[in-house]
Amino acid sequence: MSTDTLDPLKLAGSKAKGKRPWFFENPDTERVMNITLALMQEVAVMRERMDTIERLLERDGVVTREAIETFEPDKTQADERGYWMQEYIARCLRILQQDREAIARGKEASSEDVADEFAKVD
Amino acid sequence: MADTERDPRPEPIAYDGPPDYRVVGRHGVYPETSHDEIARFNFLAQMNRHLSTKVMPGVAEAFEARIEPKRKTPYTTRHQVRKDLTKDPMFQWWSAMRRATMETRQQAGRWVTLRQAEALNEKVRELTEDDPRLVLDPDFKQPRSTDAIDHHCMPGSYHTELVPGDITGPANYDAGIFATTGGMLGRFNDGGGIAVAQWVQQNLPDFKPKRILDIGAGLGHNVLPIAQAFPDAEVIAVDAGAPMLRYGLARAKSMGIENVTFIQGDVSNLKDMFEDESFDWVQSTMFLHETSYKTMPMIFAETQRLLKPGGIVLHVEQPQYSDEMPLFEQAMRDWDAFYNNEPFWTKMHEVDLDAWMEKAGFSKDSLIHGGVAAVVDPEVFPEAAEDTEQEDYGRKAAWHVVGARKEG
Repeated sequence: MSTDTLDPLKLAGSKAKGKRPWFFENPDTERVMNITLALMQEVAVMRERMDTIERLLERDGVVTREAIETFEPDKTQADERGYWMQEYIARCLRILQQDREAIARGKEASSEDVADEFAKVD
Repeated sequence: MADTERDPRPEPIAYDGPPDYRVVGRHGVYPETSHDEIARFNFLAQMNRHLSTKVMPGVAEAFEARIEPKRKTPYTTRHQVRKDLTKDPMFQWWSAMRRATMETRQQAGRWVTLRQAEALNEKVRELTEDDPRLVLDPDFKQPRSTDAIDHHCMPGSYHTELVPGDITGPANYDAGIFATTGGMLGRFNDGGGIAVAQWVQQNLPDFKPKRILDIGAGLGHNVLPIAQAFPDAEVIAVDAGAPMLRYGLARAKSMGIENVTFIQGDVSNLKDMFEDESFDWVQSTMFLHETSYKTMPMIFAETQRLLKPGGIVLHVEQPQYSDEMPLFEQAMRDWDAFYNNEPFWTKMHEVDLDAWMEKAGFSKDSLIHGGVAAVVDPEVFPEAAEDTEQEDYGRKAAWHVVGARKEG
């Protein structure tokens, strides 16, 4: 059986059947968000690879590609890596955390409002 | 901790996130995964967790603080709530990221399986060729419910073969579900099936099924634990998707589970396949929402026809919408229906299942109601095991059971 027709480069990102819903008023914003998220993923992948290399160097003093591919973190190591990923995502998505906090605080004065207030003589 | 130490952070690390993907259960036809492919799944599991625990609560907060107060008359339907939600940036961002994460997960899993398609397809062919436990129908016509749209954004849905004998679709489903659920279904994604088997053993201790039918079985991950719990029973798994069944048999055999036969069929009409009263147990797990308003009553009638007197039917699903469920929660639970290609999810969840079961011929007194939560290894998945209060509307690894015991 030939897999010539099964080119992963072409087929991995295939669109699912059914018209895609768009959530932002401007679809281009959503396109940029999708690309950003994909990059976010690839940075996470690179970081996990670096972490693996560091741990292999600490353990063995050398690193081979085979050792990277077969590396199995123990529970503590896996937890450390998982925790890093949580920090990382929280850093990347900070603006949404702040959006939530803004909702919780309700109406707030802006610095410009306060500047006007502080500039008043009486 | 001293400043000189690498990576200073509070000790000990109170980590309660998804487990590393490397703990996933690998059976004989599981796709190989490279270091970076695993890292990609790790990221996706963490993104899903972040979205459900850190972003989604913001939608409820926005609804309370600025969406509902603007409404002039009280909401009377969940669709009104959803239409208003779609105008709010918090809902838009959560939804856009949730959809993007789902699409990215499909891409990640498809990459893994397509790059080794030839080897995977060959391995499955070797395990299933000439095995009488795989019964496919080359003339089978996909029902509209599986063909209209690719379910949960999975390109090709459950039935597409890119080349003859192609099983990259189910292999992708199998490999990626661990990332989608953050491992909440356990190593072999069998936590739901284990829970159902235990529920039956606990609640119906006198029930000793000899012949079990799983409808809408997919690749069989929900029925294998039942086959294992009742090793002397003959188990038949029916699905519309040939690749799922082919992969399902190979997967089961490689796990040493030999009592399951995989048959292609339309579960709304199995008259040519099985005689009346030929099963002790008919099971569906997270399947009803993949059908349609037209076919669901036919499926219920078929289960009634197929059951022996004293036999049971059980449907495992996410909870039905009821008057007691707030419209906001209903609207959130509808998300997968409108934005994750699960079109019947919305109507299915408003159906009065009890009434439909009675209409199919089961008596009111014979109806069964219960609840199950995924049973997983607490060493690996501490959070899933203790049934957290965190809700992930429609995705939580806890389900309702609706069924009946046929009188006689």
